[in-house]
Amino acid sequence: MSQNRFQQHLVPVATLLAVGLVLWYLLAIWLNAAGVIERVLAPQGAWSWQELVAATFSMQRPVLPVPHQIALDLWTSIFDAPLDSPRNLLLHAWVTAGATLTGFLMGLVLGGLLAVCIVHSRTLDRALMPWIVASQSVPVLAIAPIVLIILGSLGITGMLPKATIAMYLCFFPVTVAMVQGLRAPQRLEMELIHTYSASRIQTFFVLRLPSSLPFLFPSLRVAIAAGLAGTIVAELPTGAQAGLGARLLTGSYYGNTLQIWSALIMAALLGVVLTALVAAVEYLIVGRRRQA
Amino acid sequence: MKFAIGVLNLNHLVKKLTVQDAFPMNAPHPTELQASPHSALETPVARPAVVARKASVIYQAADRPVHALSEIDFTINRGEFVSLIGPSGCGKTTLLRVIADLEPITSGEVLVNGMTPSDARERRAYGYVFQAPALFPWRTVLANVMLPLQLIGRSKAECEAIAREQLGRVGLAGFEKKYPWQLSGGMQQRVSIARALGFEPKILMMDEPFGALDEITRDKLNEQLQQLWLRERRTVVFVTHSIAEAVYLSTRIVVMSPRPGRIVKVIESPLPFERDLSIRDTPEFTRLAQEVREALAEGHQ
Amino acid sequence: MSQTKLPGAIGALLAIIPAGLALSQTFSLSGFDPVIPLPALHSPALRIAALQIVCVLLAAQPLRCLLGTLPLLLGSLLTGALLLLSVPSGESEPATAFWLLCIAQFLLARTSVQRLAMLDSPPWVATLTAVLFGLWMLYFWQLLVTAFAVPRVLLPAPADILLALFTEADKLGGDFVQTVLKSVLTGYVLGSGLGIATGIAIERSPFLQRGLLPIASLTSTIPLVGVAPIAVMWFGFDWPSKVAVVVLMTFFPAMVSTLAGLGAAGKLERELMHSYAASPRQQLLALRLPAAMPFIFGALKVNASLALIGAIVAEFFGSPTAGLGFRISTEAARMQMPLVWAAIVLSAIVGSALYSLLVLCERRVNFWHPSVRAAQS
Repeated sequence: MSQNRFQQHLVPVATLLAVGLVLWYLLAIWLNAAGVIERVLAPQGAWSWQELVAATFSMQRPVLPVPHQIALDLWTSIFDAPLDSPRNLLLHAWVTAGATLTGFLMGLVLGGLLAVCIVHSRTLDRALMPWIVASQSVPVLAIAPIVLIILGSLGITGMLPKATIAMYLCFFPVTVAMVQGLRAPQRLEMELIHTYSASRIQTFFVLRLPSSLPFLFPSLRVAIAAGLAGTIVAELPTGAQAGLGARLLTGSYYGNTLQIWSALIMAALLGVVLTALVAAVEYLIVGRRRQA
Repeated sequence: MKFAIGVLNLNHLVKKLTVQDAFPMNAPHPTELQASPHSALETPVARPAVVARKASVIYQAADRPVHALSEIDFTINRGEFVSLIGPSGCGKTTLLRVIADLEPITSGEVLVNGMTPSDARERRAYGYVFQAPALFPWRTVLANVMLPLQLIGRSKAECEAIAREQLGRVGLAGFEKKYPWQLSGGMQQRVSIARALGFEPKILMMDEPFGALDEITRDKLNEQLQQLWLRERRTVVFVTHSIAEAVYLSTRIVVMSPRPGRIVKVIESPLPFERDLSIRDTPEFTRLAQEVREALAEGHQ
Repeated sequence: MSQTKLPGAIGALLAIIPAGLALSQTFSLSGFDPVIPLPALHSPALRIAALQIVCVLLAAQPLRCLLGTLPLLLGSLLTGALLLLSVPSGESEPATAFWLLCIAQFLLARTSVQRLAMLDSPPWVATLTAVLFGLWMLYFWQLLVTAFAVPRVLLPAPADILLALFTEADKLGGDFVQTVLKSVLTGYVLGSGLGIATGIAIERSPFLQRGLLPIASLTSTIPLVGVAPIAVMWFGFDWPSKVAVVVLMTFFPAMVSTLAGLGAAGKLERELMHSYAASPRQQLLALRLPAAMPFIFGALKVNASLALIGAIVAEFFGSPTAGLGFRISTEAARMQMPLVWAAIVLSAIVGSALYSLLVLCERRVNFWHPSVRAAQS
């Protein structure tokens, strides 16, 4: 069945991607043409269409680099530079991924614990929960510079400030979903467990926790994506040496478009990989149960 | 208005006859019943509303094909109330859906008013009532009944007048401004019947319309539906699980059986057209119910 | 759960200990003379401690209604206000009595929230509980920051932030116009509108749907804010580049939700429309679009905060000399923390206001949806 659906999607996706690539190349010619003509072709005198196209595809600092330029840049930065060199994008991706995952795990633990407390405490439910729900409509990412400064003046630098920002971005969706999930058992199921005179702890592990998982995992996918965005933004103002955010920033300082695009593609790949990681964990925990 | 529709239908009939002349398919089938004395009395010429010839529906399941309907031969005349009854999987709902162009047939032929079901649907021949009310929760009760009328482009005032009248007929006058979710299940189903009747469809298709209701509500609605049919003499195709319901409502009962889905027996009702719920205690009723039960048991063997 | 239990009773009783200790310490400090205690009564700490003990006693009464909770509520707010006024200013180290009073105040605050959370009626008491909780959080933030003399650079007190909000109203007003009115609203309307329109347009093309949906859902895993530097290069420092980022961020959620919503109409309802031989346009207007509205509003709500985040973060990458993101990043670098916090408060208010507006609209549009009905009853 899933095989079938995969095939159903394969052709349309491939077609759209191909159309997208062609449009990208055309757009690149159009956007880069002016600069190329002014800087490269005009000084040489006469030039042909072929020369123009070739030149727009191989500019040093194009307005829009073409896909094969980006691919080449990614390739050289990953395979030609040693792994510990700041020129290697994998290193930057690794730094970002590390901070994101650390923050994600911290947020998961914190959010889970808080959700458990909220479900079992009427006071927290009434007093704290509305604020957590409301925080979803607030651009919490804007606090990132402040968190960095506070932690910085406390002498905490490096990965931890970034992880903290990723943590609080992960924490909100996890808490909300987890509270929803822990409350998901219907009255009938709760009453059944009640007739067994199960303790609160037993009820939690037998009923509440399992029924919260279908709510938890979608929120984890949201959380890890938010955490990654948070980490990348956190890498901007610190003057960080490493990390995809730092690459984006230095790229934009020096007008090195190719570097920006490579970092961007790398960030996208990282996002996909991290989400896939969550999906894999989900499959290991929930997917098997569903199949049985 | 009614007369105009009749003329129009006669035209279709003529067209259909010419088609049939070209393809000699008129040989009467064993299960295709001749017009009964009853309906002969009521309608001078028994004009078929639905004709099925060797209609089959075959699903391609994982391991082997499933015959949901196998070579159904069957005719429903104008003005008849026909019930399709049988156990789950006998294809009664499939047959209904085939007639209403909600599902294609694999082989054979189905004609509705001398047209393909698809053409009949394009001419708005069907009023379909599902098991669930399927009302639009964002529309008021009145607006729900107005929906099909608006779709065929009637003027707003006309839509509203007809909808109000139909709601009155199902006993829901005064509920026009309510929303469906403010009504009970039985009332919702009545709204959906009013909606199906409002644009004067040639055939009323009902797929276990009262299946989800409690028995008391069900009895009441059965009575109302029977009286409605008596007043308007619309063609009704009615799918049900309940023998009592089928016997009480129908002029003809079609007993079906599963694997493959087929017609086991067609039973003509000897009951008078004017009925009320007390008819269920008469010996005729009991005998008819017994006959249906036996046919069902036969089909099960 | 037993009905007779008074939540927070232990906490309230515990509050007697620090309050009592504070009381006795104040007495000893002011040269306690049992014969003439009058001068000692002028000591603010003494008054606070005495009031706190009264509050504890108020908390002990078992009336389970708002009226029964009100004395404790008002009493604890009063002692809180008095305590805040008596915070030793900066230079002098706060006395032990002060810390004891703080502990007692904390226990009282906790009890007051617990008591309020216990009540079921009137319905707005739930909101009141959350508001009270928020108020106490702000209160202790203010109290501790002042008492510990935390440097403003690290963490300004709420009062400083409030002050900045008013004194720098001109700057912040300019930022509001630049970020919210120009970038966010334009981008939000464009992005969401385009997304919904695309969703409706490709709804009838299964090929485009199958192709676009996986790509669109993939974008939710990608940090799209990252395009900000490119947007700045292409569209300049001013608001158009922010609009571009916001459009990109809001487009895909709107499109995916619209498609999901258009497909969410029930099978029976679709067959009903089919049996009426309704045209695709009629089906869209009468059935699919209304059925899609809850999904579309879901996306609009998500997009509201996405748009704000997109615009603010895009301003981190470069902007003219106005904008909430610009204010936050530059003033943070200049250590003007009250102003930074004020800008954040402003953006939080804008975010919640936008969200509340959408919720209000949704209540009118999706009044029929079970979730809205449940929320209103």
